[in-house]
Amino acid sequence: MGATQTHSEYQYENMVGKTGFSTEQIKNLHMRFQQLSGNEKTLRREHLKNIPALANNPIKTEIIEAFFDKRNQLDNELGSYEEIGFEEFLMVMSHFRPLSIKTSEEERTAMRRQKVRFLFNMHDTDGDGKITLEEYRKAVEELLSESGTIGQEGARAIADAAMLEVASTNVPNMGPDDFYEGITFEHFEEILKDLEMESRMHVRFLDMNTANLRCGK
Amino acid sequence: MMILVLLLCCISSVAPQESHHEHDGGHNATGISIVTFKWHHVETPYLIALWVLVSFLVKLLIEANHNVTNYIPESALLICFGFILGGMIWGADKVQTFKLTPTTFFFYLLPQIILDTGYSMPNKLFFTNLGAILIHAIIGTCWNAATLGLSLWGCHQGGAMGNIEIGLLQYLLYGSLMAAVDPVAVIAVFEQVHVNEVLFILVFGESLLNDGVTVVLFNVFDAFVSLGGGAIDAKEIVKGIVSFFVVAFGGSLLGTVFGLLISLLSRCTKNIQIIEPGFIFVLGYLAYLTAEMLSLSSILSIVFCGVCCQKYMNSNMDENSIQTVRYAMKVFANGSETIIFVFLGISAIDKTIWVWNTGFILLTLFFILIYRFIGVFILTWFLNRSRLVPISFVEQIIMGYGGLRGAVAYGLAVNLNETKIKEKNLMVCTTLIVVYFTVILQGVTMKPLVQWLNVKRAATVDLTLVEKVQNKVFEHMLVAIEDISGQIGDNYWRNKWRNFEEKWMSRLLLKPSARKKQDRLFNVFHQLNLQDAMEYVKEGEHRGSLEFIRNESAFVDFKKKFGEDYEEAMPDIMALNDPVSACRRDPVPSVSLEMHEQNMRGLREAEGINSHYLLDQHLYKSRKQHRYRFSRSHLDINQDENEVQEIFQRTMRSRLESFKSGKMGVAPPKTITKHTKREPQPKVQPSARFNRKHKSLLCCVYL
Repeated sequence: MGATQTHSEYQYENMVGKTGFSTEQIKNLHMRFQQLSGNEKTLRREHLKNIPALANNPIKTEIIEAFFDKRNQLDNELGSYEEIGFEEFLMVMSHFRPLSIKTSEEERTAMRRQKVRFLFNMHDTDGDGKITLEEYRKAVEELLSESGTIGQEGARAIADAAMLEVASTNVPNMGPDDFYEGITFEHFEEILKDLEMESRMHVRFLDMNTANLRCGK
Repeated sequence: MMILVLLLCCISSVAPQESHHEHDGGHNATGISIVTFKWHHVETPYLIALWVLVSFLVKLLIEANHNVTNYIPESALLICFGFILGGMIWGADKVQTFKLTPTTFFFYLLPQIILDTGYSMPNKLFFTNLGAILIHAIIGTCWNAATLGLSLWGCHQGGAMGNIEIGLLQYLLYGSLMAAVDPVAVIAVFEQVHVNEVLFILVFGESLLNDGVTVVLFNVFDAFVSLGGGAIDAKEIVKGIVSFFVVAFGGSLLGTVFGLLISLLSRCTKNIQIIEPGFIFVLGYLAYLTAEMLSLSSILSIVFCGVCCQKYMNSNMDENSIQTVRYAMKVFANGSETIIFVFLGISAIDKTIWVWNTGFILLTLFFILIYRFIGVFILTWFLNRSRLVPISFVEQIIMGYGGLRGAVAYGLAVNLNETKIKEKNLMVCTTLIVVYFTVILQGVTMKPLVQWLNVKRAATVDLTLVEKVQNKVFEHMLVAIEDISGQIGDNYWRNKWRNFEEKWMSRLLLKPSARKKQDRLFNVFHQLNLQDAMEYVKEGEHRGSLEFIRNESAFVDFKKKFGEDYEEAMPDIMALNDPVSACRRDPVPSVSLEMHEQNMRGLREAEGINSHYLLDQHLYKSRKQHRYRFSRSHLDINQDENEVQEIFQRTMRSRLESFKSGKMGVAPPKTITKHTKREPQPKVQPSARFNRKHKSLLCCVYL
């Protein structure tokens, strides 16, 4: 680790600026990254899939995908990576950084937008800028898959109803000729504007390395 | 109405006088008396019943005019009526024969109010904010007590109060009984104001949990006063602190045990559904009394009893039982509250207790307000540094202003020992005045203040389906991120608790059938209902029992838009089977659709299918459940007729869409065709597509 130390320290400065984490937090996350990737320099999907705790999570595929999604990095490319480095890992994590009292109003709105964007990207798997019925259905099905009681049929019904609801609120005078293509990002933002996101989309990144406190990855 | 009340009061005041006379009526050995007036026989229960009746009548009077209650909270009006009644009795008797005794209050009137609050507590909100609530309850109350006692003592030393015999310890005792924010008063005032739920739960939770502190402080200082100043040393103080932990945690633990007991019982009561509702009342009350017996905090006990058993009771019990419990609790709680406030008013009209000391009273009022605000500001400043959503300044003001004192303080004051505390009457008086001040004055001004300061109000809109889905997504996402990043955070613990709860507690405490039904998104959305719904609609349409009524005032004019197109589509549709027959009756759907209420009922009876009734009940339940607005007098039953209309409109519209796209072959997004292709439907392709979509969209009705 000695040789990479200085290199990493130099990089940390960059990342503090880009992501808003503190140096301490970045160090901890780096350690975690290395733990996950088996000390390699890049992380692949299999590494994340191997985390045992994630096995029970119904939307784990989406989340893992989100890490490899190019749209969640600062540049707006489409497509996805095969493997990511620590910087990309950190960028995704930064979406969940908690706000402090010091953040200004514009920063808050910007962060909120970023979070909504993240969510949107998670749903919009083919990257065409719209969440179609199919994509939404898939998301709802996965979400409900953990409780065995609502089968695919029910999940589909829920997804349909949700889309209908969105459609009817966003395009109120829709005639039967119009075909609702999907939820655009603006619509999505509009829908979620009342939802309180601040307390819902953040993870408290501790300043201490808890990775060793938990057994297993 | 007034005459009736007057009459009752006369009777009640005359009757006690009667009891002073000797009753010879029944003792005459001259023969059988056909009718005797046996007042003694029924005195106590009669008076109690009479007073309950009078209180309820007063409430009736007050609620007769809604405009008044918009400005002045009910509790204030009840107290005023209490004044009037007390005056009448005083006039009749020259002695206040009726007053709010601590025993009556603490044993018979308070428990049901607190049980109701525990049972209808929004658990998730409560536990999320538990840290803030605890800090305010514990530290805030101690701060209030200490500062009030010390300041008053300081002023006494400074000579502001003239010549009264109260020592430092007694001041501290007095401080401790005045410190606690009262849950009854808070509910009574906040109910009409509808502030946002976080603010409400903070004040309200604090008022409930501070009982633990109040009990301890009161007992400790009471003991100190008895022992005298000399006997206080470090050991006693340590004992005091230890007793706090014992009282608070002991009470909560006891309550939890009772709550689990109730849940366990509710699992086995399938055969005695008629008595099911009774269990919670009895066991709740026992929780209260047991805690009282062990000198633990009884309020905490009964609160946690209600909090713990909520979920399991609601899953295990029969529909009717759930309704009964909820309603009965509200009746009792409301009734008790009414009686308490009326008697608070009556108790004031008693010459024997009135001792006026300007300095004492005014200073108490002043200090209570000031120290409440200071305490709230300091504590919130601390809390905001670690809170995700900081509490704004405006909200802090409301929190401070909402620190109402109420009957609990009065009850404690009357319980003071007169021999040790010579100025008991002064304290009782001052307590009463403070209570009146907070309930009446602060109650009346609370609403205008909230409006003036533009406090964020309670959300009256239900979450849309999309929002609910997103909520779920959030939760899972956060847990996943925590797992990936190896951080242990709130969500980690929450997840752990959830897993534990699902694995162990639900297995133990929920009926097997209830466990199956347990789903997170929609509790009642189980497949059985869904399928039944599908069958039901199919049947209904087949029989033509879904009646469409023309309605002038519509939202969408279907006729204009789709009239011709629809006719074209008709031949296609005619070729398909049953589900469409109903459309034949009314080829152009009317402007809006309303389910004819009578027909629905008739159908229900005719078919007598249990599940449909259940479905109907549960139809709006999932939307109900997210209403956290705490209300003493209104059950959150959504009886919005518009909802029915909206759902049917939506369905009809979507059905038309599907007709349209099905007929024109306009590709509904290719995604949908992909779906239907996958379906194992051995039917003709177009009809299969139609059927499938038809069904799934119909299910939306029942969402």
